[in-house]
Amino acid sequence: MIAQAGEFVGPDVGWWALSPLLVLVGGALFLLVAGAVTPPWPKSAYAVTTTLIAAGAAVLAVIQWQQIRDDGPSLLVGDAIAYDQTSVFFTVTICASVGLVALLSDDFLRRHALDGPEFYALYLVAATGGIVMASANDLIVLFLGVETLSLALYVLAAADRRRTKSQESGLKYFVLGGFSSACLLYGIALVYGATGSTNISGMVEYLQATVPLDRQDALMLAGIALLMVGLGFKVAAAPFHVWTPDVYQGAPSPVSAFMASAGKVAAFGAIVRVLVVGLPFYRDDWRPVVWVLAVASMVIGSVLAVVQHDIKRLLAYSSISHAGFVLVGIEAAAHQAGGAELGRGIPSVGVYLLAYSVMVIGSFGVVAIASRSDDEATTLDSFRGFASRRPALAVAFTVFLLAQAGVPFTSGFIAKFGVIQAAVEERSYAIAVIAMVASVIAAFLYLRIIVSMWMGDADADVGDVALAGAGRSRTWSGSMAIGLAALFTIAIGVVPGWLLEAADSITGYASR
Amino acid sequence: MTAVSLAVPTSTYYLVLAAVLFGIGAVGVLVRRNPLVLFMCVELMLNAVNLTFVAFADRLGDINGQTAVFFVLVVAAAEVVVGLGIVVSIIRRRPGATADDLNELKG
Repeated sequence: MIAQAGEFVGPDVGWWALSPLLVLVGGALFLLVAGAVTPPWPKSAYAVTTTLIAAGAAVLAVIQWQQIRDDGPSLLVGDAIAYDQTSVFFTVTICASVGLVALLSDDFLRRHALDGPEFYALYLVAATGGIVMASANDLIVLFLGVETLSLALYVLAAADRRRTKSQESGLKYFVLGGFSSACLLYGIALVYGATGSTNISGMVEYLQATVPLDRQDALMLAGIALLMVGLGFKVAAAPFHVWTPDVYQGAPSPVSAFMASAGKVAAFGAIVRVLVVGLPFYRDDWRPVVWVLAVASMVIGSVLAVVQHDIKRLLAYSSISHAGFVLVGIEAAAHQAGGAELGRGIPSVGVYLLAYSVMVIGSFGVVAIASRSDDEATTLDSFRGFASRRPALAVAFTVFLLAQAGVPFTSGFIAKFGVIQAAVEERSYAIAVIAMVASVIAAFLYLRIIVSMWMGDADADVGDVALAGAGRSRTWSGSMAIGLAALFTIAIGVVPGWLLEAADSITGYASR
Repeated sequence: MTAVSLAVPTSTYYLVLAAVLFGIGAVGVLVRRNPLVLFMCVELMLNAVNLTFVAFADRLGDINGQTAVFFVLVVAAAEVVVGLGIVVSIIRRRPGATADDLNELKG
């Protein structure tokens, strides 16, 4: 009897369900250890290995997708990780981002004499953190995921040791990221104090069992506010966006691509977990805040992007505006949070994030190739007459910019249409109208770049220097990543059915 | 008959103390200019949260709040490693740099 009581019974882990995470972590360790004990690998080998690891994780996730569809969602590791279609969808999106970014980084890193396994290992570790964020069912686990992602991103942002701008962006990101993580954590502590549990299912059960009068609303609301500040920083929603332009501009271009894609996807995954799954009982309190964040992000992002002179800053502001559009989908989901019918909100968010990730990686990929070897030729002027110098790249860039503007027959149109439709179905007409106006403003700035690329005369000084420095991209990997991204962007725009169908099923959440 | 007038500290005392510490840290991040001090302020915020967790765990009689502190400690330690690495790499190139000197990126 005593022996029985003293025996420690660990939680059931569910190794198969965690396999994408294990593959990514194992891949990161493999790259670090093997990279340290072997002489430098041949050209592109690190990047290809990383892409294969990410692809392996994505394949496992797709198999899991089928399995969950048949067997239903479940909770793992003592209810700390949710194993449902939402988490698998985010897993696939993040793995796809890692694969594309690794291919982009290959050529870029060699050109900057930064080649080595470290970058790729950090991508994989960051992706693991992101997936943990998107599938956490416990707020402490969510915080661990946030930090795993963020710490890797701080290092990546500061990784270009020769450029002081990169280090500056790393420090800025680190201080503001640490600040926002602390806010998030304080929010978690207050919610824990109010509900007695950090587990999302535990919180929901407590709130369900307690009549509203007995709830500790002051603690709860303060906690929710701090959680939203922390998560708002992570998704770069206005007014918590100020770090974004500096960090995206200073960081190496492939890293900016990674932050704008995988980083943002993970942060939105966390928002879905915390707000929509964990706090449906307070949806009338946090929905107006999401509304304000969405409108502010769309308007500020679109308007300030118009006055930028640096293409990376411009893409940063446009990513703020895209975060606003995704928040429109979250706002729509908020109307139905906790109910039996979940509406189109979350599916539209999933589609938007996948489509946006691919097009932003493509955009930053073109910038990475076009910028000179010091990653400095990123002013808008250096893109004048770009089409006459690099026609294929210019075509791809045009596709990505048109998609970001939301032109029909691109994935951007499907994405924007999805969130606006979701908002209209929930009768949030005001936010839908604002979203449409903001997308028109944003379209102007994308068209401005396209026009200057195709119509502008190449400025002799800027153009020739930019061309001489960059040279033709001598590798297939960067071109392949951009080609795949462009293909995907158009393919989703023309045949969106299968993706929309898949996304429609991501409304079932694991719960006890 | 010992008339003890000293109030026995309850968990509320610790919660208020933690909130004050968190506020000091947050204000410090916003107003201080030295990268190392910024960094210490972030650590102060994290430790204020640790105190909050312990106080709540005491109030609720629940062990989970105390275990959370261990996770936070590990994360804070990892953050120190990364943060100091970035600060050292900046100071090496530009001795004595403050947050105001880091102004290459703007627009």
